[in-house]
Amino acid sequence: MILGKASIKFDEAPYIQSYASVVGKKEGEGPLGAAFDEVVEDPMFGGENWEDAEGRLQAKIAQNAMKKGEFTPENIRYIYAGDLLGQLIATFFGLKDMNIPLFGLYGACSTMGEALSLGAMSVAGGFSDCTMCLTSSHFASAEKTFRFPLGYGTQRKFSATWTVTGGGGVILGKKSSKARITGITTGKIVDYGIKDKENMGACMAPAAADTIYQHFCDFSSKPKDYDKIITGDLGYIGQTILIDLLEEKGCDIKYNHMDCGIEIFNKDAQDTHAGASGCGCSASVLCSLILGQITKGAWKKVLFVPTGALFSPVTANEGNSIPGIAHAVVIEHS
Amino acid sequence: MPELSEKQQKEYEEYVKQVTPTTSLAKNMLWAFIVGGLICVLGQFILDMFLKAGLSKDNATSCELIVLVGLSALTTGLGLYPKLAKYGGAGTLVPITGFANSVASPAIEFKREGQVFGIGTRIFVIAGPVILYGILTSWVLGIIYWLGKMLNWW
Repeated sequence: MILGKASIKFDEAPYIQSYASVVGKKEGEGPLGAAFDEVVEDPMFGGENWEDAEGRLQAKIAQNAMKKGEFTPENIRYIYAGDLLGQLIATFFGLKDMNIPLFGLYGACSTMGEALSLGAMSVAGGFSDCTMCLTSSHFASAEKTFRFPLGYGTQRKFSATWTVTGGGGVILGKKSSKARITGITTGKIVDYGIKDKENMGACMAPAAADTIYQHFCDFSSKPKDYDKIITGDLGYIGQTILIDLLEEKGCDIKYNHMDCGIEIFNKDAQDTHAGASGCGCSASVLCSLILGQITKGAWKKVLFVPTGALFSPVTANEGNSIPGIAHAVVIEHS
Repeated sequence: MPELSEKQQKEYEEYVKQVTPTTSLAKNMLWAFIVGGLICVLGQFILDMFLKAGLSKDNATSCELIVLVGLSALTTGLGLYPKLAKYGGAGTLVPITGFANSVASPAIEFKREGQVFGIGTRIFVIAGPVILYGILTSWVLGIIYWLGKMLNWW
């Protein structure tokens, strides 16, 4: 059912049939280490180069998600997947051998929200009986794409975030399970004019605030209707801004807000500055901690809002600002 | 959310500045002084060794630079230079070791893309601007020096 300006409430909400997370060594050493399905110590994931490594990571996520739910590639009708690299090379090369019809998505770090939204629509709309949604990011391939070579000596600002090596995959279908996606709110591109790519929390927080506020309007709901409101990778600075921006609009999310970028690392012990980022950040935390709690019934209703900063090295060099986008997905215990 | 006016964008920028923690300039400068200073002391030590070994001043200086550049490339390959730079900041950037690091690190990173289109086209991706504007600046200064000489300024 179409709801409000930007939302859908699913009449036949798709169930989460299976999910899996795979992360790198540093993420495995973080506070959520035990919750991930697989921690891979080798940063190359057995590959030849960083792009290959991320492709293999993505294949590993897909394989884990299928294995956990006892699916074979033949059972999966569609994949909605994406990553941060140019032309989505990690997704396309990593999932090449799966032989599954695929839609490649780019929503920067919000891609998991975009994949879940479209995947849920495909199942709820009756166009697919089984859809896999997955995303990944890799610290080294992201540094190479967006910053400097790994060996180059620079200082990172306090506002900078650490790209997660890892990702998560969710398989959606019609068979009854402990968790389902009951609604979505699709985000707009929101630009507050920030140009500092080392402060992505500040670039994305307005988009998150916009989507969350739109969600409350469309669903006529309030912050306290959710056990948790979980953003993707705003980090510490972005969290402060988000809470302030929503407070201005009369929504108090202080008590149930959580950010994947804050949860995944221990900022002091792991030296990650303002938090974590990357498509893999929200995806891996979703497919470990969040879906774990929802499946258990510890959390009944969660608003999951992955956030993305929209820029490329070219737009940054050309002096453009960095707009943000955020997609909200309602996940409920069932 | 409607588009922000320029004034609102400025306000947001100001607000972001307030909530963003900044690095301590004094601490950074102290670290840069210590690390950069130590690199220079090491350079002086190497220079003295070569002089003692009987090399002429010019040759000893060249040899010292070769050793420093070599050490920087080696520590870049071992992943140690970025760790030092995290504390050293400008102290590791300004000496010749920083320049060597900026050339060695893309060479390592882009090696997988081949000798020509990988290493060949990318090796000066960071150092390139330094070389270009370094040469341009010295050329401008050279012209000024030459003019000054002609006009008997010095």
